[in-house]
Amino acid sequence: MRKAHKRVLALAAVAAMGLAACGGDSASTEDTTAPEETAVEETGADYGNLKVAVVYIGVPDDKGWTYQHEQGILQLESELGIEVKRVENVPEGDEAEATMEALAAEGYNLMFATSFGYGTPMARVAAKHPEGCFQWATGAKFLLTSEMGGEFATFDDIPANLGTYFGAAEEARYLSGIAAGKASASGKIGYVAAFPIPEVIRGINAFTLGAQSVNPDATVQVSWTKTWFDPTVEKEAAESLLDAGVDVLAQHQDTTAAGLAADARGAKWVGYNSDVSEAAPNAWLTAPTWNWGPFYVQTAKAVAGGTCPNEEYYGSMADGMVTLGSFGSSVDADTQALIAEKQAAIIDGSFAPFDGPVSDQDGKEVVAAGSRPELLDLLGMSYFVKGVIGSPQG
Amino acid sequence: MNSNIWVLMTGDSVAIATTLVLAALGALFTERSGVLNLGVEGILLSSAVSSFLAADASGSIWLGLAVGCLVGAALAGIHGALSVVFRANQIVAGLALVIFGTGLANFLGKPVEGKPVTTTIKPLSFGALSDMPLLGPVVFGHDVVTYLALVLAVASSIYLFRTRPGLELRATGDDPATVDAQGLSVASIRIRYTLFGGVLIGLGGSWLMLAQSAAWHQAATTNGLGWIALALVVFAGWRPVRIVFGAVLFGFTLQLPFTLQAEQITVIPSAVMQMLPYLATLVAMIALSRPGSRNLLGAPRALGQPFVRDER
Repeated sequence: MRKAHKRVLALAAVAAMGLAACGGDSASTEDTTAPEETAVEETGADYGNLKVAVVYIGVPDDKGWTYQHEQGILQLESELGIEVKRVENVPEGDEAEATMEALAAEGYNLMFATSFGYGTPMARVAAKHPEGCFQWATGAKFLLTSEMGGEFATFDDIPANLGTYFGAAEEARYLSGIAAGKASASGKIGYVAAFPIPEVIRGINAFTLGAQSVNPDATVQVSWTKTWFDPTVEKEAAESLLDAGVDVLAQHQDTTAAGLAADARGAKWVGYNSDVSEAAPNAWLTAPTWNWGPFYVQTAKAVAGGTCPNEEYYGSMADGMVTLGSFGSSVDADTQALIAEKQAAIIDGSFAPFDGPVSDQDGKEVVAAGSRPELLDLLGMSYFVKGVIGSPQG
Repeated sequence: MNSNIWVLMTGDSVAIATTLVLAALGALFTERSGVLNLGVEGILLSSAVSSFLAADASGSIWLGLAVGCLVGAALAGIHGALSVVFRANQIVAGLALVIFGTGLANFLGKPVEGKPVTTTIKPLSFGALSDMPLLGPVVFGHDVVTYLALVLAVASSIYLFRTRPGLELRATGDDPATVDAQGLSVASIRIRYTLFGGVLIGLGGSWLMLAQSAAWHQAATTNGLGWIALALVVFAGWRPVRIVFGAVLFGFTLQLPFTLQAEQITVIPSAVMQMLPYLATLVAMIALSRPGSRNLLGAPRALGQPFVRDER
């Protein structure tokens, strides 16, 4: 439940943050960070002065959230020829602070923390170690201010050596929806959903719009498990949806439970987080996945070059932080070509998943034809689009 | 008919019931001998993670199940030693076992926390039988352990009520002094059935891990099933066949919140639905802890009482 709590807070905070003081900070980082990578690369920097550590919420073997971060860290190691210190299964709170404090004391001058609950401990350690650079995944700095119950009086008091990073998974959700829409003969698709918060709702909506773009009458039936990682409950929810007659399942949680359930019934499956087609090869269609490697590499290079990136990084398909996994054998060439075409449009900016017109469940227009919602509208999304069956309140 | 959500859901409930049947049978044998083992939840967790580790390392589900059973027996053995040999308070010893079993599972499972299960028990194939109306999804299409659990329940009933060793077992739970007077060892009988109970609970935990779960996760894998199993024994009046029906009913209520969501039935909030099995468990645990209500429900009369010959 701690993870639930934190993600709800995160989104509330991200939305509030933009509304309050630092909208400019959080939204426009894509443009500023990309050129930096090449600039540092050219100096042919020696990375001897760089000591990198990563604090994981889980284990790299989870084939989900932590596994994806591990892939990014491996890329960082091979590109820079350095060794990264990993600390696994670190509980949020005091233990996290002690861990980070110990790492900083050992001279680790770049630290990544892969869970929202690491924010406060990381900020404390960052304040004590101005010589280090600290990066908080899925974080939102505004949360650390006293206004949001944090420890820093104002936004400016937050240590300048702290940055955050996350990305627009909805873009890949839309593309995976296309694969699901094509794969569903009945037009009935199921979605094993985590918690009724904007991040998850946004994913369901983007997925539904993608499915409807190729299968206009497709419906997406939602079952809330209110878990991030509960293999048993998620399997039960998946089975209920399959019992109700869906022939494709998508999911948000960090386990492969939905995939195994789909596989056992001969249904298809859209995963999340990692490319884990081998978990259920017959069911596998594709999955929205994360690619943290480029961010890790460019951040490490920047730190080696003497700057600590401290913005609120929001990645996308354009910069490669959000990606689409491999295709299962049942995704035909036409569908793959269609998805590639849409992906190109998303990357060049000519298309976005929530381009209007978009209607909510009651048929009320929520995005007008020809318009594109602001990032902040997406971050606070609380309605389901037309064709989603279920309640966005859980 | 076989695409009807309620028919399919009943099939799911039978599958979910497997752990409950095995764990409740284990608790039943233990309690029928007069030993109250409240540590079921801890044994389930420890056996689940051991079976995961063994199956993951060896690639063999059978080795996984065997290791899970052994761990179940070992933990139950601790309880047997404490309650029979040292005559400790069985409620306290059982609760200590929950804490110990959970801690042990956490310790053993820490390196593999979140790791997916790759060696899994697959359902048996019955060909055309699986397409039979109603019976197809409900009766056919389960795996070998589920059928074993059902067979065990029936066999246990015959053993308990139709055989001499079964009579001795029941007598040990009801009136250990008489068994003692017959020249049988109460302590030996109680230890044996506590160990056997541990094996069954361990099998239940291993099956939960290798057939029902997608990954090892200490905080979520058993979800309180051990407590539900204990309640089930009470509701079943310490009778094995009734456990099967109770377990399917509990399985049904565990699955129901999701089925109602899928069917768009929102009259009862899903949070309340998810609470029901545990609420029922709470009631049963209260009944179990009060000697008066316990006897009314048909509990073995010497349940939870250490046997001391001199006091007779």
